[in-house]
Parts: sequence; structure tokens; C-alpha cells
Amino acid sequence: MRFLYIILALSFAAPVYAVEPAEILDDPALETRARQLSKELRCLVCRNESIDDSSASLAKDLRLLVRERLVAGDSDDETMAYIVDRYGEFVLLRPAMNAGNLALWLSGPILLIIGGATAFVFMRRKPSVASAHGGLSNEEAERLKELTEGK
Amino acid sequence: MIAELGHFAVIIAFVLAIGQSTVPLIGAQKGWIDWMRLGTPAAIAQLLALVVAFAALTYSFVISDFSVRVVAANSNSLKPMLYKVAGVWGNHEGSMLLWVLILALFGAMVAAFGGNLPPGLKARALAVQGMIGAAFLAFILWTSNPFWRLFPAPPDGNDLNPLLQDPGLAFHPPFLYLGYVGLSMSYSFAIAALIEGRVDAAWARWVRPWTLLAWINLTLGIALGSWWAYYELGWGGWWFWDPVENASFMPWLISAALLHSAIVVEKRNTLKSWTILLSIFAFSLSLIGTFIVRSGVITSVHAFASDPTRGVFILGMLVVAIGGGLALYAWRAPKMRAEGVFAPVSREGGLILNNLLLTVACAVVFLGTLAPLFREMIDGSKISVGAPFFDLSFTPFMILLAIALPFGAVMPWKRGHLGKAWRKIMIAAAIAFLVGALLWGLAEDRSPFAPIGIALAAWVVFGALADLAERSKLGRASIGETIRRLINLPRADWGKSIAHMGFGFTIFGISAVSAWETEDIRLAKVGDVIEVGGYEITFDGVRGVPGPNYNADIGRFTAMKNGKLEALLFPEKRFYQVQQMPTTEAGIHSGLTRDLYVVLGDPADGGKQWAVRSYVKPWANWIWLGALVMALGGLVSLTDRRYRVGAVAKAQKRAPATPSAAATPAE
Repeated sequence: MRFLYIILALSFAAPVYAVEPAEILDDPALETRARQLSKELRCLVCRNESIDDSSASLAKDLRLLVRERLVAGDSDDETMAYIVDRYGEFVLLRPAMNAGNLALWLSGPILLIIGGATAFVFMRRKPSVASAHGGLSNEEAERLKELTEGK
Repeated sequence: MIAELGHFAVIIAFVLAIGQSTVPLIGAQKGWIDWMRLGTPAAIAQLLALVVAFAALTYSFVISDFSVRVVAANSNSLKPMLYKVAGVWGNHEGSMLLWVLILALFGAMVAAFGGNLPPGLKARALAVQGMIGAAFLAFILWTSNPFWRLFPAPPDGNDLNPLLQDPGLAFHPPFLYLGYVGLSMSYSFAIAALIEGRVDAAWARWVRPWTLLAWINLTLGIALGSWWAYYELGWGGWWFWDPVENASFMPWLISAALLHSAIVVEKRNTLKSWTILLSIFAFSLSLIGTFIVRSGVITSVHAFASDPTRGVFILGMLVVAIGGGLALYAWRAPKMRAEGVFAPVSREGGLILNNLLLTVACAVVFLGTLAPLFREMIDGSKISVGAPFFDLSFTPFMILLAIALPFGAVMPWKRGHLGKAWRKIMIAAAIAFLVGALLWGLAEDRSPFAPIGIALAAWVVFGALADLAERSKLGRASIGETIRRLINLPRADWGKSIAHMGFGFTIFGISAVSAWETEDIRLAKVGDVIEVGGYEITFDGVRGVPGPNYNADIGRFTAMKNGKLEALLFPEKRFYQVQQMPTTEAGIHSGLTRDLYVVLGDPADGGKQWAVRSYVKPWANWIWLGALVMALGGLVSLTDRRYRVGAVAKAQKRAPATPSAAATPAE
């Protein structure tokens, strides 16, 4: 474990270089795809860095692997599946849409719906509460009473 | 000797904080005015003690007293003076001391300027501030004491992490802490209000400027951090959705929601318990943020194990502050009644939508940041949640927010009309549509991102301008009348328009640079010309230059456009000897319309060639310009008449005559 921390510290501490000139593919279309995929893959020994940004040697290995698969004719999905097979789900910076991550992916929309519904109920409920005073707040109603009844 | 003086001052501050957290509280419960008043001198004395402590630590750094452990671990005699001073808070122990110093500063400001507050509210709020202070001071004294000596003292220090030796990052923590700690004010006042069982316009009028102040500082702190990442960390990324960044972003989102909902409490006497809840959340997230950054809890659960005392202490504080606050809320908040009545389509409705979107967006960031931790606890599987997730799940909320914002801003209180609001801002919609259509038409790749993002930005900016034009009767009255009306607009309204425009600027910067950035990566020889984004950048060579505590290779590049000299760029590769660590300093030529950004990589081929990355980043600076403008808007709003000291007092004296300012018991 301590070893991992040392790697973590070193890799975060040394922003030397990410994609190196020698790695770049000759085919610009393939290279663009490789860069896109690289942004989705985590450098396993880094702190929250994609292999596209990282200068760790493991990130370089993964970048080369991605390019190797693309050159071999794999589709984007096949390449990603190939890497996840070997390195596990941990390598995906965008968690896979599976049962375990469903709650995470749906949290935003669900919270928005629940919150929106609550807010709507709150706004609709209110007129009936306050209608006793004809749309005035208790305080306003008291003040009105005070004024109209000449204190 | 000086360090011991500092240590002693911290102990005194701790004792004072304990007194401040108990005596005024008991006094307020029993109605003993003498006991309540004791909070004021205690808060001020605590500030003085902590100023002494902080000065002592700063002095130890300045004279490089390596017999103090923290100085030896984080400073070096060769380090430039600015970073010796910044080094005071560039480490865990010192940053905690800065944290309590700022906390004490805020406490003392309540004590000094809170003369017009009801004595019970003031006493209770000061007591809660005292409790937070006591907890942090205990944390410092027992687990993170910056004044521990080291024997024997080493001949020289370990130096500060070179990445932190930078002006942007030297000032990043103080701003961030002013923000984090500023939110303790609304927390303390929320707890005090819960104990009292009442929230009124006077409460909101006191809480809102402090929230605003905290939010301004958070805005500046986050912008500084982002800007630092942009020029220091490598290739000009300005936001990485790193847990540490998210930790500061979450309080920002919630405090932005809070300062909007406090307006509703102040003006319309409703949304009270929601505002209290937001106050508790905002500070809770600040606490979590402080500890995430300093303890590394989120990067790994194991960080707790590496230092169990700190970990347990932190956990205990979070449980008491968050759990206690929420429990008190659950017990007392149901007694607070919403009073102001309004239709869904109204200013209130708009502000509720703002709150909904900001808090849900914050919840998404929170869940995304903690998801790896949760999954590991639940079924032991390891997942990562990175930028691609956040880009996808966070951005929609900001898009909705930007769409709704101009509508909400022109809506009247109580009951509005969508059609009327639309007519006021139609012109902004037309401009936004034209801009978007034009960009889409001109683009070569037909990517929808830039046109949509920039159209949204235009909608927000021109929406704010249209609001100002409408309110000043531009075109419907004489120019003189328009100017007179503009001058007479309340500062708060100016602040609102300015801050909203800043939000638009930031959207613009983000959209433009994300869509139009161009990049070139290559091995370059001296004399090579790199063509990127319409510029020709010539590599003139590299020379070695020694710095104060590092050695540097400095490259020289000449950027031309259409045969005209645009800029000279000097990217550096530095090597800090003490920490044995290389850093890169990008060569950047900044402009309002684009940044030229060149990074020097490693030499190859025996130094004949150098790896070079060059970028043209269009409109990048608008990201931070927008943040500055947002902060400026907050500042202008802060100078509004109703927040100035004295104005509050007068308003309270007049209270019986103006129902909206009157204090209403909630029970």
C-alpha cells in the first residue's frame, strides 16, 4: 500500500508530459479517436487523471494499447471492452451504466423530479393556508386589522 | 521562544473559545443579560490571541527557524520571501491555524458590528461560533500543533512543494478559507435561530451579506485555483473535477442557492426553514471540504488509517456539527411558518427554481465525488468517477439554469406573467438566436456545442442588459431620464445584473475554449515552425538558467500571425533540487480573444530536439473574467444601502411601521 502512495505522490508531482510525439498515429482520424478514448480512461496509478493527461509510464502503456487496438481495426466499444477486461471497471472515468451504478446515474434526474414535485406542492398548497386572510400573510392581516380598526 | 509564545496564545484562545461557547448561551437561555454580553469581549480577545499565534508562526517561517517542525518540513532558507510567508498556510498545521484565525475574525466582527442585533440572537450566534472555534482549536492543540519543536534542528528545511510555489496558489487558500469560514456565520445564525425558534426579515438581512461575502471569496478562491491549474499543471486544463476541486465547488453551489433564498426570506418572509437548511448544508460542505483537502479521505478510505487520531477527531466534528445541526433542525424547523403567498410564476417561483437546480447539481457533484467510496463500502468493487461523468451529468443543470435565469430575473414578486416577462427579454432571445445561428452556419464541423453554449451565454448576458434597459426606460424616456434611473437603481439590483452577466461570460469562455481549442504536439528542432490555429510559432532554442531554489531550461518561441509578430513565449522546465522535483511553467501569451500556450517537454536525440506542445485557446480568459465579474457583482450588491451598518439599525427602529421588516415570532 505504501508503495502505491509513493507512486501516487510521484505521478501527481511530475507534470512532465502526457501524449508524446512518438506515440501519435499517422492516420489523423484514428489519432482523434484514440485521444477521445484516452480521455475516458483512468491512469490507474494517478490521482483522478485520465491517461490523456498523465505522464506516468503506465498511462503511456495504456495509450499505446488503445492505439494498438484501433490500428488492429477494433471499434471504440471493442477497444474499451478489451481494456476493461484486462484492467477492471476502475479504469473507466465514466462509470459503466450497469446495476451497481444505476443509482449514481439516475440521481440527478430523480432528485430533480422529487425536488420539483415538492416545490410545486409547496407553491400550490399555500394559497389555501393563507386564503383565510384573502391572500395576505398573518402579519399583513394583523397590520390591516390594526389600520382599519383605527388601532 | 517565539514559537512557545504562539503555542501559549493558541491555548489561551482555546480557553476563551470554551468560555464563549458556554457563558453567552446559558445567559441567553436564562435571560441573564450580563452573561450574554460576555460573548463580545471573549470573541475579540480570541481574535487577538490568534493574531499573536499566527504572527508567531509567520515569524518562525520568515526567519527560517528550523527547530520548529512545520517550518523544517515545509520551508527552506533559499525560498523567496513570498513563499516563505505563503508556506505558513501551505501545510496542514498552518492552514488549520489560518482557518481558526479567520473564524475568530468573523466572530469578532459579529461582536463589533452586531450592536443592533437582538441580544439573545447575538449571544447564541457567538456561542455557536465559539463552539466551532473550540473544536478546531482542540484539533490543532491535540493533533496538528504547528508549534512543535524538532530536536536537533536540521541545518536546512525540506522546502515547499514546488507546485505550490506560485503567486496564484499562494493566495488561493486564504480566499477559499474566507469563503469556507464565512459560511460559518450563516450556520451559527441558523443554529441560533433554531434555538430561538424564529426567523424573520432582520435575521435574513443579517445573514445575507455574510453569505454574500463568503460566496465572493469562494468565487475568487475557486477562480484562482482554476487559473493556477490552467497555467501550472500542464496543458491548460482549467477544471478536472478532482475531489479537491469538488470540495470547494459544492459549498459554492449551495451558498449561491443560499444567497438567493435569503432574499426571499428577507423580502417575502417565506422559505424560512429551507433557508435554514441551506445554511446548515453550506457550512457542513465547507467542513467536509476543509477536511477532504487536508486529510485525503476521499482519495482513499485508507487515509483515515494512516493517521487515526486526526481521522477520528475529524469524523467526530463532522458528526456533531452536521448531525447536531440537522437534528436540531428536524426538531425545531416544523414550527416555522411560511407566510408570504405567491403564485408559481413569480420572482419567488424563479428563485425556488434557482435553488432546486443549484442544490440538485450540488447533490450530483456530491454523489459523484463519494460514489467510489460508497461502492467500495457496499460491495467492495472499485469504480472511478471522473470528468466524463460530471460533464455529462452536471452540465444539463447549468443549461437549465441559464435558460431560466433571465426569466426569473425580470419576474415581479408574488404573481408574474410569462408573456410579460418574455416581452421584456425578447430582444435578448433574438440576439442569442442570431449568434447561435451565425456560429452554426460558419462552423466547418457543424458541431452543435459551441453555437448552443455561446447562444446561452448571449441569452444570459443580454437578458441582464435587457433588464437594466427596461428598468431605466431606455428608448422610452429621454437619455437623461434613463441615466438618472440607472444611477438610482438600488446597488443590489446592479449587483444582480453584473453577477448574472459574469455567469454568462463564464459560460461563453467555457463553450468557446472547449469547442475551438487547437493543439499541436511534436518533436521540434531549433528553427522549426509550428503552425497551429492560424499562428506560426518558431522554436528559437533553449538555454539553462539558474533560479533561486531551482534550475531551469527556458525555451524561446516567436509567435507570428500573417507575418506580424504577435508574441515571444518563454516556457520553462524547472528542477527543484531540495524536493528533487521537476515542474513545467507554460509559456503563455494572454489576450482577451485568445491565449497562446506553449509547453516545453523533454529533450530527445541528445538535446537536438525537444518535445513541444502548442495550443491556441480562444477566449479562455473569459472563464476567469466571468468569475471576477460575478465576484464584482456580489461586491456591488454588498454595498447596498440596506446592508450598511446603521441602515440596519434604522430599519429595525422603524420596524413596527413596515411590516416586511418587522420581526414575527414564528410560533
